[in-house]
Amino acid sequence: MPNNPSDLILVDQISKYYRVANKQPGFKGTLKHFFDRKTYDVPAVTDISFKITRGEIVGFLGANGAGKTTLLKMMCGLIHPSRGLVDVCGFSPQRRQTAFLKEITLVMGQKQQLIWDLPPMDSLYVNAAVYGLSDYEAKVRINELADMLELGEELTRPVRKLSLGQRMKSEILAALLHKPSVLFLDEPTLGLDVNAQARVRSFLSEYNKITGATILLTSHYMADITALCPRVICIHKGKLFYDGDFDSLANSLSPSREVKVELKNPCSKDQFEKYGEIQDFNDRFICLLVSRDKLTEVVSKLLTDFDIIDLEISDPPIDQLIGDLFIKGEVN
Amino acid sequence: MQRYFKTIKLFWSTAFASQLEYQLNFLIELLAMLGTLLGSVFILSLFFTGGRQLGDWTWESALVIQGVYTFLDGLTNALLRPNLTEIVNYVREGTLDYVLLKPIDSQFWLSVKKFSFAGLPEVILGLSIVFWSTIQSGSSFSFYSLSIFIISLFIGFIILYSVWFLIAASSIWFVKTWNATEVLRALLAAGRYPVSAYPVILRFIFTLVLPVAFLTTFPAEAILGELKFNILFFGLILSCLFFIFSRFFWKFALKHYTSASS
Repeated sequence: MPNNPSDLILVDQISKYYRVANKQPGFKGTLKHFFDRKTYDVPAVTDISFKITRGEIVGFLGANGAGKTTLLKMMCGLIHPSRGLVDVCGFSPQRRQTAFLKEITLVMGQKQQLIWDLPPMDSLYVNAAVYGLSDYEAKVRINELADMLELGEELTRPVRKLSLGQRMKSEILAALLHKPSVLFLDEPTLGLDVNAQARVRSFLSEYNKITGATILLTSHYMADITALCPRVICIHKGKLFYDGDFDSLANSLSPSREVKVELKNPCSKDQFEKYGEIQDFNDRFICLLVSRDKLTEVVSKLLTDFDIIDLEISDPPIDQLIGDLFIKGEVN
Repeated sequence: MQRYFKTIKLFWSTAFASQLEYQLNFLIELLAMLGTLLGSVFILSLFFTGGRQLGDWTWESALVIQGVYTFLDGLTNALLRPNLTEIVNYVREGTLDYVLLKPIDSQFWLSVKKFSFAGLPEVILGLSIVFWSTIQSGSSFSFYSLSIFIISLFIGFIILYSVWFLIAASSIWFVKTWNATEVLRALLAAGRYPVSAYPVILRFIFTLVLPVAFLTTFPAEAILGELKFNILFFGLILSCLFFIFSRFFWKFALKHYTSASS
């Protein structure tokens, strides 16, 4: 694979196998498990390759256990790949050299690094010392990030008394103190309410715009991905399933949109057949499936041809589409 | 290097602050520590009423060993126990990932992150007993005996730390480690008495297999001016080997962790 200088992350045919041994139930099984253990390799990730350029925001999609976290951890050097090559900022992550560690950061939604009994501020200064920042640099940086994250006196309140949203924002602050250029975020909005999720999301996109940092995130919430990631990488059963921009994934998943119309006067069904595929019909209510490229045309025609009380256009829910996709096993 | 000192300073000041966060708990801890202290003094007073020989040690010099034991026990409570028993939680909860991604030595982080100030009075008591009973036994201090004493204490502490760290590091495989703390406590407690007070076989084991003698007996001999130089030399090499082995073992354990964790 030729190495392009704009490629910040290069993942070349990596695989990760976990060695496991199964135990049959019962005492006999236990004995057998002890004396004659049969181990075999279970693939967690198989033959995945992709490149990521500086400043991109990439979302990793996949069901539970698809291999998203394994992939993320191989890129930040916590797991050694069984085969293949990873290159992040010119480093081999698994060696975890100081210069590499200063370039990256990891935020895990379900694990925290702040000291539970103390205000976030104390942990922040510990982190600053670990990264070799002076007190002055740390102060400037904390103020800057606190402004962006809308954190104020929460930083001087014990972590255990903060809400989940405030805690997550403080975790993010702690992870960004050393100005990393690559952010690995594993479910950063896990368990947050809709408002807190939106705030974390808007912060990430702002941070990306201002600093040009590269962001890689996994999330269960489709809204995170739709709002943040122009590019998505879908992983299914450890294999690369789709890599490309989000819109064309959405398009290929659902080339059409739903148009629901409520009419003032009852009309007959066949009047609508030329507009699109009729999903549902009763004398004053019609639901049509219209392909995306014809959408505006069809809607304006509908509005001129009929007396319409209400009109609603919606996407079929994307979570469901992706779920279907994983079951079906292929992209159209 | 300076970064490491600053980090330790912040580690310990935050540890102090976390302990003060729960006022009642801190008070109880102080009381518990006072209790332990009184207990130690009581046991020592029993020694005084005895008047028998212990091995080839007089009571006063045996008391020096008690002092060294108390000192090491205090240091254990202050530094080793809070940090090394925590390693298993880092592994179980997966927060070890955060430590591994910090640009700082992970063994350093895991070994000095916390400091329990409740262990300090025991440290001071231990040292006071050592000096007081050394005077009682009629030995005089010299610059030489003091420096040998400090070196041999250091040797003892490094050996204890390394053995403990080795066991704690094995939690990477066993995750819920067997209660290693208690085993080591027992090991340290065996050092309450001079090694020569034990039967020959145990004496051999405590010097060469489980280096209990290095923890308490040899530092006590050092301050009494009785430690042979070759033992000190042997101790220095042994402690270096233990320490190097603990680092090597940690690196090895991490390799396993990073190739197996999910």
